[in-house]
Amino acid sequence: MTEISTQGQKPTHGQDLDILECPHCHHVMKLTAELKNTHHHLICSRCGLKVGHSRRHALQRTTAFLIAAFVLLFPANIFPIMRLVSFGEETRETIFSGVLTLIASGQYGIAVIVFIASIFVPIFKILCLGFLVLSVHLDIQWRPVVRTKLYRFVEFIGRWSMIDIFMISVLIALVKLKALATVEAGIGALAFAAVIILTMFAANSFDPKLIWDKRGQSS
Amino acid sequence: MDNSGVHPDKAPDNQYIRICSECDLVHHHVPVARGQTAYCKRCGKTLYRGHSYALERSLAFAVCGLAFFAVANVAPLLIFSMQGNSNANLLIDGGLEFLKTDYWFLGLLVLFASVIAPFLLLCVIILMVAPVLMGRAPVVSGALFRAYARLRPWAMGEIFIIGIIVAYVKLSDFADVFVGTALFGFMGMVISSVLALLYLDPRELWLRIEANRS
Ligand SMILES: [Zn+2]
Ligand SMILES: [Zn+2]
Repeated sequence: MTEISTQGQKPTHGQDLDILECPHCHHVMKLTAELKNTHHHLICSRCGLKVGHSRRHALQRTTAFLIAAFVLLFPANIFPIMRLVSFGEETRETIFSGVLTLIASGQYGIAVIVFIASIFVPIFKILCLGFLVLSVHLDIQWRPVVRTKLYRFVEFIGRWSMIDIFMISVLIALVKLKALATVEAGIGALAFAAVIILTMFAANSFDPKLIWDKRGQSS
Repeated sequence: MDNSGVHPDKAPDNQYIRICSECDLVHHHVPVARGQTAYCKRCGKTLYRGHSYALERSLAFAVCGLAFFAVANVAPLLIFSMQGNSNANLLIDGGLEFLKTDYWFLGLLVLFASVIAPFLLLCVIILMVAPVLMGRAPVVSGALFRAYARLRPWAMGEIFIIGIIVAYVKLSDFADVFVGTALFGFMGMVISSVLALLYLDPRELWLRIEANRS
């Protein structure tokens, strides 16, 4: 374990020096006033990827995606995500009843994983991103390191909600013995996939550097 | 502002500055020995790791991943059997069967996230790293790097594996389910991909590209 030291001197922030590092290729760039004001989003001069959005643009886009995701959360949880027909008997399963079925059959470990991935993560992700947008909007200075770590965490866990969608795809391909058993997807699955994609877009639109902005420094 | 050489005028294009992505603290890039990790002084975030032959390893694991991918595609993934009838599915069947239904959009999403994106990611890593190791820097390097960065969040092989396990558990309630060879092939591919991505240091890659160009 090696710690990098700035030789005991006062710590310097990239923001103070007007430099920033590309999150993709780690190129360190000088942030000129021109670069700050003329672009909707900053583009890395070396790899050409997006380095960050302008404050207004990022907050608007993230909020729009979050509202859409929040609205779709309701159909995703109310309507069945799949329909299982076995021996002429039809079972419609929602996200929540899927967890209950797993508990009923004694698969507690899998039930916990599905509950976290499908029910907890989407709600938690929307709430956290909403809080981050609001904290930047209201210029709250509360623990930027904690908020940045929260952003990274939420960005990382969001994809795991896809478990249910993948599970349905495997069942559809596997359970197609016409007379005995078939599986079909339900409208809830479509809404649920939309929630996952919209929250991924929302996380992608948000720029964690905004958490470090002091009021009036960025347009 | 004297901060051990971190001077605003020298800041642009300086290869030896690292800025913590978590807390924005400016550090000097100090090379670390193999197996060691450099952490942010203030927030503890991992900044970079010391690996020898990191790009070579990344390339090797990516090639390895493609070999596993071939296995994952030819063998059955799961075999489902009920009252004397049985059905086996291939890796891509999940997405393909889904495409034939009313919910073709979900099929597209599944096909892309579970098979196409992980496969393309491995191809892109190989096409991007191999020329750099041979001392060349093709013009397409930039485009390949952008493709790599954009594909990464959509390559969900590891999540697909959990999805397969959940499907397996659900089905074993009312039918007999067997695990096919493809599942192990796919797991091999996912593990290889994780290692290839772990050893792929974008900073090192770009320094080599720039050195090869000049
Ligand atoms: Zn870059
Ligand atoms: Zn830090």
